[in-house]
Amino acid sequence: MAMIKVTIDGIAVEVPQGSTVLQAAEQAGVKIPTLCHHPDQSVKAACRVCVVKVEGQRVLQPACAFPVAPNMVVSTNVPEVREARRTILELILAHHPQDCLNCARNLNCELQSLAADYGIREIPFGVTHRGLPLDESNPAIVRDPNKCINCGRCIEVCSEVQKAAVLYDMGRGYNTIVMPAGGKQLAEVACTLCGQCIHACPVGAITEKDDTDRVWDALYDAGKHVVVQTAPAVRVALGEALGMKPGEVVTGKMVAALRRLGFDRVFDTDFTADLTIMEEGRELLERLQHGGTLPMITSCSPGWIKFVEHFYPDLLDHISTCKSPQQMFGALAKTYYAERAGIDPKDIVSVSIMPCTAKKYEATRPEMQSSGYPDVDIVLTTRELGRMLKQAGIDFAVLPEEAYDDPLGISTGAAVIFGATGGVMEAALRTVYEVVTGAALPNIELTMVRGMEGVKEAAVDLAGTTVKVAVAHSLSNASKILERIRAGDADYHFIEIMCCPGGCIGGGGQPIPTTNAVRQERINAIYQADRDLSLRKSHENPAVLRLYEEYLSKPLGEKSHKLLHTHYTKRSKY
Amino acid sequence: MTACVCTDKQDREERVKAIINNHAGDSSALLKVLHAIQDLDSVNYLAEQELVWVAEGLNVPLSKVYGVATFYSLYSVAPRGRHVIRICENAPCHVVGASDIIRTLQELLGVKLGETSADGRFTLELTSCLGVCGVAPAMMIGDDVHGNLTPDKLNSILAEYR
Amino acid sequence: MQLHRAHVLVCAGTNCHLKGSTTIRQLLVEEIKRQNLDLEVRVVETGCFGLCEQGPVVVVYPEGAFYSRVTPENIPVIVSEHLMKGRVVESLLYKAGDAPKAVTTYDQNDFFRKQKRVVLRNCGLINPESIEEYIARGGYEALGKALTTMTPETVIEAVKASGLRGRGGAGFPTGLKWGFTLKAQGDQKYVICNADEGEPGTFKDRLILEGDPHGILEGMAIAGYATGATKGYVYVRGEYKLSIARLQKAIDQAKQLGLLGENIFGTDFGFDVEIVSGAGAYVCGEETALIESIEGDRGEPRYKPPYPANHGLFGKPTTVNNVETLANIAPIVQNGADWFRAIGTEKSPGTKVYTLTGNVVNTGLIEVPMGISLREVIYEVGGGIPNGREFKMAQTGGTSGGCLAEQHLDVPMDYDSLQEHGSALGSGALLIMDDSHCIVDITKNFLSFFNHESCGQCTPCREGTTQLYRLVDKIASGEATAADIELIHRLSRTMQSSSLCALGQTAPVPVLSTLRYFADEYASHMQGVCPTNICVIAEK
Repeated sequence: MAMIKVTIDGIAVEVPQGSTVLQAAEQAGVKIPTLCHHPDQSVKAACRVCVVKVEGQRVLQPACAFPVAPNMVVSTNVPEVREARRTILELILAHHPQDCLNCARNLNCELQSLAADYGIREIPFGVTHRGLPLDESNPAIVRDPNKCINCGRCIEVCSEVQKAAVLYDMGRGYNTIVMPAGGKQLAEVACTLCGQCIHACPVGAITEKDDTDRVWDALYDAGKHVVVQTAPAVRVALGEALGMKPGEVVTGKMVAALRRLGFDRVFDTDFTADLTIMEEGRELLERLQHGGTLPMITSCSPGWIKFVEHFYPDLLDHISTCKSPQQMFGALAKTYYAERAGIDPKDIVSVSIMPCTAKKYEATRPEMQSSGYPDVDIVLTTRELGRMLKQAGIDFAVLPEEAYDDPLGISTGAAVIFGATGGVMEAALRTVYEVVTGAALPNIELTMVRGMEGVKEAAVDLAGTTVKVAVAHSLSNASKILERIRAGDADYHFIEIMCCPGGCIGGGGQPIPTTNAVRQERINAIYQADRDLSLRKSHENPAVLRLYEEYLSKPLGEKSHKLLHTHYTKRSKY
Repeated sequence: MTACVCTDKQDREERVKAIINNHAGDSSALLKVLHAIQDLDSVNYLAEQELVWVAEGLNVPLSKVYGVATFYSLYSVAPRGRHVIRICENAPCHVVGASDIIRTLQELLGVKLGETSADGRFTLELTSCLGVCGVAPAMMIGDDVHGNLTPDKLNSILAEYR
Repeated sequence: MQLHRAHVLVCAGTNCHLKGSTTIRQLLVEEIKRQNLDLEVRVVETGCFGLCEQGPVVVVYPEGAFYSRVTPENIPVIVSEHLMKGRVVESLLYKAGDAPKAVTTYDQNDFFRKQKRVVLRNCGLINPESIEEYIARGGYEALGKALTTMTPETVIEAVKASGLRGRGGAGFPTGLKWGFTLKAQGDQKYVICNADEGEPGTFKDRLILEGDPHGILEGMAIAGYATGATKGYVYVRGEYKLSIARLQKAIDQAKQLGLLGENIFGTDFGFDVEIVSGAGAYVCGEETALIESIEGDRGEPRYKPPYPANHGLFGKPTTVNNVETLANIAPIVQNGADWFRAIGTEKSPGTKVYTLTGNVVNTGLIEVPMGISLREVIYEVGGGIPNGREFKMAQTGGTSGGCLAEQHLDVPMDYDSLQEHGSALGSGALLIMDDSHCIVDITKNFLSFFNHESCGQCTPCREGTTQLYRLVDKIASGEATAADIELIHRLSRTMQSSSLCALGQTAPVPVLSTLRYFADEYASHMQGVCPTNICVIAEK
């Protein structure tokens, strides 16, 4: 690729043709402020806070969009640029609540840090509060339209990446506001509650619903037995919420921290991830052998489930009837575990720590109480757990590493990789291959289903039968496969679909920022965690085998059907 | 009478859907379709159910249909009166007395800008320049343009639309 | 073909229509029939003459007698005296300002004498709903000439050589623009006629479309041939019902005669035109917002580059030209670049169509050579300030243009000279205000327009237009301080330098130019006095 020489603030750099001034500046070590720019999104050039002076141009140009040209001379720190940026920030702040201290994004807000960098001490313009109501219509996501700065990032992720397209600009000019159609609330539209808009939002206009107080109340209640499960993807991201670099595996510290918070038992969603493989693998074999609906599609991801219910209700028969690992865990906590521990299930509070906002919604689905009690009582996101640890004064960095409790804390590497796109497929193939062929997989690391490519395909020879599989992450990629299923030209047997880009490690409940670069770090950590475990196949999990022996008897058996399987609801797009 | 309304409603649904079907799957026809539906039977606004049909028929997300319908001032997603009065207050009308016209209209109709008269006949809206500044001050009522307005002419103009 | 000894032209432009021209035409036809003249005299509905203030206008040929403000009572007299007996009815003729004598003919009066009609060549002379009359005046000859004797390159050369600059406001050289699209790669290219005329005080495009729609279609077809486009769109304001109807009729007629459609003039060139109706958004006059709107989205301008010439409508190479620009094309192709260059100034050749509004005797549509002074326009063509008042301010180029004061009356009106004085030619709107008006009040009015029309996409414009309005409102109510004036300047600089499109970049122009030329009046408000008693000053 042709390289182009440009000068940024007197520093000469060479950048590939087609680069933007922003990219060139980064290379020159010059930081340019941005708000509507997002590294994984298209150029918007709307907030204008990144304007720079380009010699020969009549007006200032947005660095995020302006393409470099040979010998271009750019100034980012001249009076007119500083004045424009400052004025733009003041204009935004004049139309934004002045409540940083009580904002969920306090200290992690792109607008706040720019206001701090530019030393804004007073706003010379008339300050207006929009006076719009909060959207607290659903159990997962809170929208505060008053804080919206019209950057358009949530609109792009919702329509382009997640294809739900429930958000758009409404109205015009000063009154333009991002809203669902007709000014409705998220609960009233086809929102999947995936929470990717939270990661897109530079400010606190979209946040998770905070359930930490409910957990504190349970922990402080001596009459309650509080158990907690931790999803695979949390252990590779929680560190970020506590000041660590992306890509650190903090499983043992997390377990120790949860104990210090006061949870009575610290269990692992990975246990039921292994269980999911047993149930789902059996379901696949049944479908293959008895002419069931194919391709069969995974059901772990509640945002994905809600999406398919809204947008492809005709394809619900393709979805595995297995509950997600979170819900399987919840059902067992209040039955199998309660019986074994001799605790009345009404006294158990089942908490889960999830990388996901949609999990909060999943736990409230009316069909998710097969024990007679809600399978899961409270769902916290990784971010909320991070806040609880800070409140509890736990110095995460110096914590010892501790192990999960028995029996629902025993798991394998196959379960850990559920957290990354392709992980469920890889785990399933590790087990199904051995169950069907009776032979060990030559190499259990199935790299063809790994990585950030949108749709991945593979074919596996199972004792003479070729099983074709596909893996998709993000709902736009899921749609591509679903359209092909509708058209009848997807000859796969088994498909893994995860709602969020990169899989659960990129979920809507993960620490902010979650960008594709950060996602890759977490994926690398997930596979490291898998390699670090001695057991790496779900059917080798001794606790799972014991569960079948002592309680469930066999995959897809009567008890499994009651506790571990579910059904879906046709919903409308509108 | 009730039965009659019902038939009208069914009939309208058919005609609205016919408009949409003419552009099935063509997202670029959105403005055209919204114009046609809003003008149909002079209902002067876009009902929620009809916008859902538009979204479905043109294969456009409903949020975008609303985004477009609320961007352009000729559309309304809220019910309006039978006749929409669009009064201009831009500079060329302003300098020849548009504010007197607006004041008188508000008094005559008993509404403020953006509101619909109690009898449901008129909705009074502010418009940007209508491009008939040669006969300013001017307004449109429905598709009709009225120019050289003076406060005392308004009563008889409105009477045409009773 | 029937030969008539006299033609009676009745203006059917929107402005005359609003003054009752339809009734006048009907009565004329009836009266002529009643007096048994219908085989000798033909009544023709024409487009705008421009002298809207004097409407309804009736012109009788061959004399060219110009009857203004015709009422139903005048009709029997005009028919029996003029048409029957050949005696011009002096008492009903147009009389300019305080001129002692009525002017007999069309081209004698001041309003028309200073004018040079290129764009409006057919307006008021032909029935805009008749393609035959357009052809009879040489219409579609230029298209024929281009298609059969010129290459796309030579057409573009001719347009370049003419020096024609875009008449929508920005003044970009048209030939250069066409050249970019010709060079761009694409299996499909488009020509868009920008008829989203929304600049307050501007109605030239409306009256051109209503008065001579074929002139636009011919210009578009030539543009299509020159740039390699086979499809054209005319994006017309939704409010312009009559323009849309006339244009549609013209498209149908041209298709019927094979002047649009496949194999035009027996060549391989085919060109089709479709009308898209806007829906009430000033910003759609910006070419990329207009493109978004044709694509069925909110009219939010795109970031440029890429420019429409490479990546326009549906991602294809696209040329967007204003109505008036396109109306110049056929005459340039037909008469050559030198002919065009002989009109106007060296840097701004050709004519400019202006719409005169506000406190001036002759409000209406005029076409004059570039470089004519404001004084000539107001006092000669426009007939001066009515009601014995004094001139105070002129805003050129519409609401986004600058405001000029008395000392600027002799500045030549062309792209560059106006820019030197902080103003712009813009859309050609000329708003004249007399001394009864308050500068701060009118500036507030300008800003409320931008407030209403900002699309909301970029911060400086979305937030800035509102804040700028509030600041000027603060001045109007006597509550502003010197710091507010400073803030107006800082905000204006930011909006001008950092807004995404021209709307936000030009929105501060009216404030800045009035602050510059009418500083006293601002100062007076700051001290609690509105000299014209228009602003309501808060009690201190």
